[in-house]
Amino acid sequence: MIEFVDVALLILLGITAFSIIRQQNLFAAVMMMGIYSLLSAGLFVVMDAVDVAFTEAAVGAGISTILMLGTLALVGHNEHQPQHRPILPLFVVVLTGAILVYGTLDIPPFGDASNPAHHHVAPHYLEESEHEIGIPNVVTSILASYRGYDTLGETTVIFVALVGVLLLLSLGPRPRRIFSNGRWITVAADDEDPSEKGAGDARVDGVQAPDEVELLRDTDG
Amino acid sequence: MSALGLFNYWAAIFLMMVGFYTLIARGNLIKKIIGLNIFQTSVFILYITMGKITGGTAPIFVEGGRDVVYSNPIPHVLILTAIVVGVATSAVGLSLVIRIKEAYGTIEEDEIEDESL
Amino acid sequence: MDDRVILRVGAKVLIPFILLFALYVQFHGDYGPGGGFQAGVIFAAGFVLYALIYGLGNVRRVLPPRAVYICSALGVLLYAGVGYVTMALGGQFLDYDVLAHDPEHGQHYGILLVELGVLITVFGVMVSVFYAVAGRRRLDT
Repeated sequence: MIEFVDVALLILLGITAFSIIRQQNLFAAVMMMGIYSLLSAGLFVVMDAVDVAFTEAAVGAGISTILMLGTLALVGHNEHQPQHRPILPLFVVVLTGAILVYGTLDIPPFGDASNPAHHHVAPHYLEESEHEIGIPNVVTSILASYRGYDTLGETTVIFVALVGVLLLLSLGPRPRRIFSNGRWITVAADDEDPSEKGAGDARVDGVQAPDEVELLRDTDG
Repeated sequence: MSALGLFNYWAAIFLMMVGFYTLIARGNLIKKIIGLNIFQTSVFILYITMGKITGGTAPIFVEGGRDVVYSNPIPHVLILTAIVVGVATSAVGLSLVIRIKEAYGTIEEDEIEDESL
Repeated sequence: MDDRVILRVGAKVLIPFILLFALYVQFHGDYGPGGGFQAGVIFAAGFVLYALIYGLGNVRRVLPPRAVYICSALGVLLYAGVGYVTMALGGQFLDYDVLAHDPEHGQHYGILLVELGVLITVFGVMVSVFYAVAGRRRLDT
């Protein structure tokens, strides 16, 4: 029964992924990404990774879709027809895939309890977690205690990603690229434009500074 | 479940290649990020597949269960954090796309190249 | 969205339960699936839903951008702070055994605080990124 569900979910994932890349309307592609995430969350449940499935369902089908839709609202949602015949990329992809499939031939079969991956530190965590940490969910005890350094690093990465997003998006009026006198130059956004004035309250307060836009112009122009 | 042999790995590789193809063959930047997300999910599937033990159950201790087999929890921990980090890095990518759209007026790679020439 | 009564009322009913569920996921994470990462995302999803139905201006009044920026830094600070406290108490960095007399209780406190730090950071980052993307206006070209 589990084999059946597993194979069915993987085939559905393949079909969804294939229709995502065929789809020219990016809104439809993003919505199908939500379906794809939900299907992979289902697959993770079958694979006993309930915590991962939970995260994938909340992040992939929820927040990630919202962010993609928010971006599409800003950049438009029609993809142009590709101009080149995709012979070379197809060749590269098929070749890489063939090499990877060749590489799997040496991998120990799926689900075998004697795989080397299950005999390093995992048995220690599974046997000792109850006495050393005292909580039933081994994933939480590894995440927060045995491998607390990892999680601290990951939390920092998320924080740094936020800093990057704010640096990119919170800089007041946007500088623009304008073609003049035979070359591209960057100019600060038009201050007289009344619609730009209205952007003041929509902007995130506390971070924008007119000086920084000046700075951008100086270094770029 | 061992009857499946290597099918899960091959399916993960197929998804990986679909994502890889989108990443290198499509010119639209949003489509590239979608391809990157498909690629990322295929790596998650590969890892989680490696953690599965036939007849095992989720690594949450069962009351009084002595001879219960638990699946390997380490890939779960790695992927759990990777998913959240993945959405944070995708957000950085999407912000870059927004800025590119504002600066060049397009998110198609060939048009951006034409404009900067 | 002023005339969409079902959405407005439905969201109003749902949001408290979403936030409550996030807290359940957070504090039940020791015994079942869940933890700081999932809870942070679900908590943020509650506010994102509010923003989608009632508009970004309203949610900004409930939760000012400055507050979520502080949240996202505070969580990392709390996490690393637990590490330094354990060092000050004579253990190693992030060795929770020294947080209480009984090592097992110490682990409980440590995991609780660390997961709380993760929750606060993930919540802050998700909401801030949403603010940054949704608050930007479309440039007409």
